[in-house]
Amino acid sequence: MTAVAPGVRAHTLDIAAVLKESALAALVALLLAFPLVGLRTVDVLSRLTIEPHFAEVAVAVVLVFLGRLGMALTREGRPLPVLVASLVVAASAWFLPLPTMPLKLIAVAGGAIIALRAALALRSHHSTLSLAERERRMDRVGARFQDASRLIGPIAVIFAVALPFLPFADRAVVDIGILLLTYIMLGWGLNIVVGLAGLLDLGYVAFYAVGAYSYALLAQYFGFSFWLCLPLAGLLASLSGLLLGFPVLRLRGDYFAIVTLGFGEMIRIILINWYDFTGGPNGISGIPRPSFFGIADFVRNPEPGVLSFHELFGVEYSSIQRIIFLYYLILVLALFVNFFTLRIRKLPIGRAWEALREDDVACTALGINRTNIKLAAFSIAAMFGGFAGSFFATRQGFISPESFSFIESAIILAIVVLGGMGSQAGVVVATLLVIGLPEMFRELSQYRMLAFGIGMVLIMLWRPRGLLAHRDPTILLHKRKSAMQQQQESEDRA
Amino acid sequence: MEYFLQQLINGLTLGAIYGLIAIGYTMVYGIIGMINFAHGEIYMIGAFIAVITFVILGMFGITWVPIAVLIVLAMSMIFTSAYGWAIERIAYRPLRHSPRLAPLISAIGMSIFLQNYVQLLQGARNRPIPPVIQGGFSVMERADGFNVSLSYLQIIIMVLTVVLMFGFTRLINHTELGRAQRACEQDKTMAGLLGVDVDRTISLTFVVGAALAGVAGVMVTMYYGVIDFYIGFLAGIKAFTAAVLGGIGSLPGAMMGGILIGLIESFWSAYFTIEYKDVATFSILVLVLIFRPSGLLGRPEIEKV
Amino acid sequence: MTVPPKPTPLLEVEHLTMRFGGLIAVSEVSFTAMDREITAIIGPNGAGKTTVFNCLTGFYTPTVGRLTMHRKPPKTPLYLERLEAYRIAHKARVARTFQNIRLFSGMSVLENMIVAQHNKLMRASGFSLAGLFGLPVYRRAERAAVDLARYWLDRVNLIDVADWQAGNLPYGAQRRLEIARAMCTEPALLCLDEPAAGLNPRESAELSDLLTFIRDEHKIGVLLIEHDMSVVMTISDHVVVLEYGRKISDGTPAEVRVDPAVIRAYLGEEEEETPPEAVQRLAGGA
Repeated sequence: MTAVAPGVRAHTLDIAAVLKESALAALVALLLAFPLVGLRTVDVLSRLTIEPHFAEVAVAVVLVFLGRLGMALTREGRPLPVLVASLVVAASAWFLPLPTMPLKLIAVAGGAIIALRAALALRSHHSTLSLAERERRMDRVGARFQDASRLIGPIAVIFAVALPFLPFADRAVVDIGILLLTYIMLGWGLNIVVGLAGLLDLGYVAFYAVGAYSYALLAQYFGFSFWLCLPLAGLLASLSGLLLGFPVLRLRGDYFAIVTLGFGEMIRIILINWYDFTGGPNGISGIPRPSFFGIADFVRNPEPGVLSFHELFGVEYSSIQRIIFLYYLILVLALFVNFFTLRIRKLPIGRAWEALREDDVACTALGINRTNIKLAAFSIAAMFGGFAGSFFATRQGFISPESFSFIESAIILAIVVLGGMGSQAGVVVATLLVIGLPEMFRELSQYRMLAFGIGMVLIMLWRPRGLLAHRDPTILLHKRKSAMQQQQESEDRA
Repeated sequence: MEYFLQQLINGLTLGAIYGLIAIGYTMVYGIIGMINFAHGEIYMIGAFIAVITFVILGMFGITWVPIAVLIVLAMSMIFTSAYGWAIERIAYRPLRHSPRLAPLISAIGMSIFLQNYVQLLQGARNRPIPPVIQGGFSVMERADGFNVSLSYLQIIIMVLTVVLMFGFTRLINHTELGRAQRACEQDKTMAGLLGVDVDRTISLTFVVGAALAGVAGVMVTMYYGVIDFYIGFLAGIKAFTAAVLGGIGSLPGAMMGGILIGLIESFWSAYFTIEYKDVATFSILVLVLIFRPSGLLGRPEIEKV
Repeated sequence: MTVPPKPTPLLEVEHLTMRFGGLIAVSEVSFTAMDREITAIIGPNGAGKTTVFNCLTGFYTPTVGRLTMHRKPPKTPLYLERLEAYRIAHKARVARTFQNIRLFSGMSVLENMIVAQHNKLMRASGFSLAGLFGLPVYRRAERAAVDLARYWLDRVNLIDVADWQAGNLPYGAQRRLEIARAMCTEPALLCLDEPAAGLNPRESAELSDLLTFIRDEHKIGVLLIEHDMSVVMTISDHVVVLEYGRKISDGTPAEVRVDPAVIRAYLGEEEEETPPEAVQRLAGGA
């Protein structure tokens, strides 16, 4: 038990220093907000004019001042007044007519967060949690979540399998299901590179694009079927991963990040400009839909000699049959990626990936060929990206370079980072948040990328390994009584 | 020949702009050993502030070019400095002792945030301004009437770059900040023990880099006359390529790399295909990284064991 | 009991020179480390000891020099200066530890030991294919790997904490784990960079026992950088002394201890009132 630190309360408050600190923060906020928030450029009669929004700047500056003041006072051992004041601010912000929605959100959420911190400080008599303590608590949350996911996982899979036949599942629901599963698959794929091997790949969407265009072009020029193209697309994507990875994977992490970033953009530029081959900005339309494993087509009136799905099964034709088939297709693909990852984590190569993330110099000293191992991670993830891409092409029936911008890479990365790097269940939760929420609140979609950006920064500040990250050993020497439990017990004893 | 000369002039102008951004990359890399992923966005913000200031000056009727340009430069440098400072304070400083991936991701987050922040506030459409400085010299005229021109604006951009480079080199070589910076590059712990304020030095490095990117933003606004919230992305990659080509960590290298990239882009557009000029730059990045990762003027990097 | 065969040369270092720009970190250093012997490299701070190690293990490419690693006939010797770092560990079987411990701190102790057997397991898993399908070949290999890990964990007294996160171990245990992990690569030469740094006297004594055990029972060569003279003088068969990147002495601990050049290096040219602790220990011996 920690002593109720008398020092925290006893030391005198240097009010001038606290005010100065807060004023400085407010000044920076003024500098940041004044030109971009306060002076908006607008087109009026095709001429640019400035529209002043000084009220917003003022509110923002005041909020930053109050926020910093609250944090400083909590730190200096005065949590009680802070708690009261922040609750008042949050409540009044809720009712007051603040100039814009985001400002209101910032005021309310900021007030709530500061109130929470103050309350925590009141309870624990600590102004802040130590980093290690916070990390340990969060790890416990992650561990609990992981334990729970062992139970919830199969239930979720059963739910996913049953979804199309549930009473509320209309076409829109199945469509959202497909969308979510596509991102879950991409997230799981990228997780191999970012989460396991610790390589920051900022151009994952490039492989998604290679997969999509491989299928679209092979189908267009050679009339290959989806089932032939799916493995080919994966192969081509993985090959492009090898080609790009080979020169750059020898380099340090941040070079790698920026090269992948550039690669993603270059693929897009090539797709836009190679008009004769890729259709340029217009993209490719009329991409063939998948058949039922090459046996039957999902059409009402099949061409002579071709079986149709509803005839094959003797059911009524319905356009949703193909959607449901697509849904199951992506479900199987995603689960395949998941099982592959779960399995490979327990193999030498998977362990080497994680070792590489932890310390690549030590890996070399143990005789591990870093480049090959990284290349394997990179090209395998690229292959999964390629599968997802060709699925995307066949589902949409139309693709264009628009769909493969950096924003897509950023979204997938946000999913992996938010969920906890290396955590399979975390990716699912993050996808529900990142893709599911904006689908539900369409009017907020313009703030989506803004929120991702802030989210990535905040999570790195708060818990660099990701919200739900927790790692269980892949092999145990001592049977059961989980290793973590054991460790915690001994920590508690200490 | 005349065509070549014209491309040379255009390339040098472009190169000066890239060089100024590249200095920010190289300086930050030198001191914290990391790429500032949000640097391209600072340049973009600098350009927006330039547009805003030009419009406001126009509204107040201040149109005398030297004054207007000076005010715009000052505004842009002040505000981008604040952004540079904030990026370091928020996305880098708290993570200085975290695993390497963490600051990279937080900086990427910052970059995504800034891009969308500007898009939301200032609109997604192009922001054009009327040309500020017009006219120029005709350097040479070919028989068929092709005119090699050197505009006043191009002269201003090049002269300003040279002046900034000169002042900047003096700053690094002769001032307290420069000394502190070089000390931190060598060994932060030791520098701290010897009384160098490491936090402040790193902050100032970000600030100086951001101010230079702000100047580049002003130049690009005047040069092209039109900007949007997305320009930081490609310019960032190109300037980074310039920094790597010159040898990351080396200031003259960054400037030289910038000029080379500008020339390559200009000649590539002129003699090959304008569409693939960005692909050409990117290929250079990959080639340099394969064959000479330490760049033209950089020291080979030794892995610390 | 048969008479053990005489030690044969294991690693020959000839004219090793390492230059960083204008700085010469190591200059013309030559020595030989014998098989089944403990060779210690000592010297004041900045003498270039770790640089020698980094050249040996491929992290630096020496400016000049030949590093010959002899192998059991009929295998031909390998020249380390020509090999990539990971091949030195893999092919030449040189394992090393680091001055500032480098564990996979987020992984468990056992996982650290298994990763060290990567190449062996990789082959057994058919480069992951046999492993993916869970073929018995791989499962057998993994069991053998766990057995080897168990053997060494038992040896360094970490068997109870085998499922802990390596980063949560106390400092001394982390040092031991790093040595155990290096031994899991089944090396012919074990290079240890200041293994006793930060250990208490009891732990240092245990370390000495462990190193003699490795030499006598596993019959491999050990190369050691160490400041703790109680460890060096007790267990070394052969000591190499470096100063300012040059070799100033080379011989048995007894010879080195009385070498005037060594005493000068540790004492400095001028006579000091109180010799540094290291010298007292050096002179006192063990």
